[in-house]
Amino acid sequence: MKKNPRLPVTLLTGRTIEQGVAKEYGKASKEYMESVSVCYIDPEDLKKLGIKEKANVLVSTDFGSVVIKALKSLRTPHVGVIFIPYGPWANVVVDPETHGTGMPFLKGIPAEVEPAQDKPVLSLKELLKQQFRKE
Amino acid sequence: MQTINAVTCPVCGCLCDDIELTIQNGRIVKVKNGCAVCEAKFLGYNNEHRILRPLIRKNGKLVETSLEEAIRKAAGILAEANYPILYGWSSTSCEATRVGVELAEEIGGVIDNTAVVCHGPSILSIQNVGISSCTLGQIRHRADLVVYWGSNPWSAHPRHIERYTAFSEGRFQKSAWKGYLAKVKASTVKKKIESAIRRVFFKKAPSPQPRKGLPPTMFKEGRKLIVVDVRRTKSAEIADYFIQVEPNKDYELLQAFRALVRDQEIDVDKVAGIPVEYLEEVADLMIRCDFGILFFGVGLTMSKGKLKNIDAALSLVRDLNMRTKFAIMPMRGHFNVTGANTVSTWQTGYPYAVDFSLGYPRYNPGETSVMDILLNEESDASLIVASDPVANFPKKAVGHLVRNPLIVIDPHMNPTAQMADVVFPSAFVGIEESGTAYRMDHVPLPLKKIVDPPKGVLPDQEILKRILSKVRELKEKKPTEAA
Repeated sequence: MKKNPRLPVTLLTGRTIEQGVAKEYGKASKEYMESVSVCYIDPEDLKKLGIKEKANVLVSTDFGSVVIKALKSLRTPHVGVIFIPYGPWANVVVDPETHGTGMPFLKGIPAEVEPAQDKPVLSLKELLKQQFRKE
Repeated sequence: MQTINAVTCPVCGCLCDDIELTIQNGRIVKVKNGCAVCEAKFLGYNNEHRILRPLIRKNGKLVETSLEEAIRKAAGILAEANYPILYGWSSTSCEATRVGVELAEEIGGVIDNTAVVCHGPSILSIQNVGISSCTLGQIRHRADLVVYWGSNPWSAHPRHIERYTAFSEGRFQKSAWKGYLAKVKASTVKKKIESAIRRVFFKKAPSPQPRKGLPPTMFKEGRKLIVVDVRRTKSAEIADYFIQVEPNKDYELLQAFRALVRDQEIDVDKVAGIPVEYLEEVADLMIRCDFGILFFGVGLTMSKGKLKNIDAALSLVRDLNMRTKFAIMPMRGHFNVTGANTVSTWQTGYPYAVDFSLGYPRYNPGETSVMDILLNEESDASLIVASDPVANFPKKAVGHLVRNPLIVIDPHMNPTAQMADVVFPSAFVGIEESGTAYRMDHVPLPLKKIVDPPKGVLPDQEILKRILSKVRELKEKKPTEAA
């Protein structure tokens, strides 16, 4: 079996206007999930991964891994940098270390991306249950 | 139908106070002047995700309960806890936060606000270095150079550019964008008229003109806009100068600017991926302006360096003040996070991460900050008000939060409420309850009550007062051994 290509990247998290609008509507809404369970990737990197837009990818860091949907970034070029909006999916992979400042690392985290067509993106309820065994 | 003017928008730190709402049959039906997020909040806040009754966890499931029962349960959890945390506060009124501080003192807990994962490092740094600041009104009327560093107002503070910087026209500053925006508006109106003619007369519409896109950078008259970011954001596209800094290299870029502003030579060709000649040009622009402002976002506080990045930014502005007039301001996120810091400061002496466990306020971020308390697994109960840490904290911190008794006060069923043991539905401050909030430049503004909350739903302040009085009642019944 051919092994999936794994791409080393730098992970950023942040606000998007879609996430901002959806969070005001309600975090249990479909719009919220669609706005934050995604990952913006540079078109060049999508090519390297051999995937098209809207394919599922597995993002892994030293702190965890999560399956999310890859989207083609419109804010290019940022080869080697991926962007996930703030939300429960991003939380799985960010670096909690505060170095005594109270602030964890939420931007600029070393990560790896690989195609994961056969794995589903978990819903908010499934994700919280998987991560914290509580619903 | 009734129209209410000068409504303050309870969304982001801009606190736009020119919103016009139309009310029909006790519901908001139209929003004028607001951004996309403001419209989403005012028109969509009262939907199926609203919590309407207090909830309590029984046999692993959240079930409806009476308000009295929920208050009794919450007060019991807080009164018995050894080291409870009270967290959130950035999306509620100053009045509610004030009761929160009183409650924290009563139960010997830690009160912290969302600044800890936002501009907490900025506060630490401002305490180290000092800050030369001003109000947004001064910027609108006088600033001829605007820098956004690690911040994307287009998405996070959608009307910041329009109201205070590049798109706004002040008394002493013209906006080159005004003419362009007027043209766009005129062309939209023209299109609407054409479409109406088409519909009325069934005529073939005139062939559409090819749309001219904005060039990525354009040099224009009037105030200049510099954007420094790791991505070419929408804000970057309207900038005169865009500096795409490599991730985690903000600190060295800021220090390079400090050197250039002090007329020192830089011995390398590139800093953080940017050619030094380009940096020299931008530094020259900064020195030559009459009044510059540096807005910085969480791009600096959340990446490598954290508070050290802010130390460098504040020092850069201090250096620039030897050559011209320059101010600096953090782009505060939630609408009243500045208020939460302000109330906490005037009540306890410290802006966030205040620990009352010894009976007096103690402040040591890194130890008494909620993030570190959760990561070190020190707390044994939590009260979350108007915030959603389950959706925003790293999973290790959330893991400890949800393993212990969790009380949530929130209008919406968010991920934190889903994990809670006691949930209180609350009224939206700024829509269903009046109050005070502080804008990012520390200007307090009144939040209006526009419509009534759903029946039986109380404001945060009232719920907190009832919990506090119940906690006092319980403590009187069961005096501590020490007393």
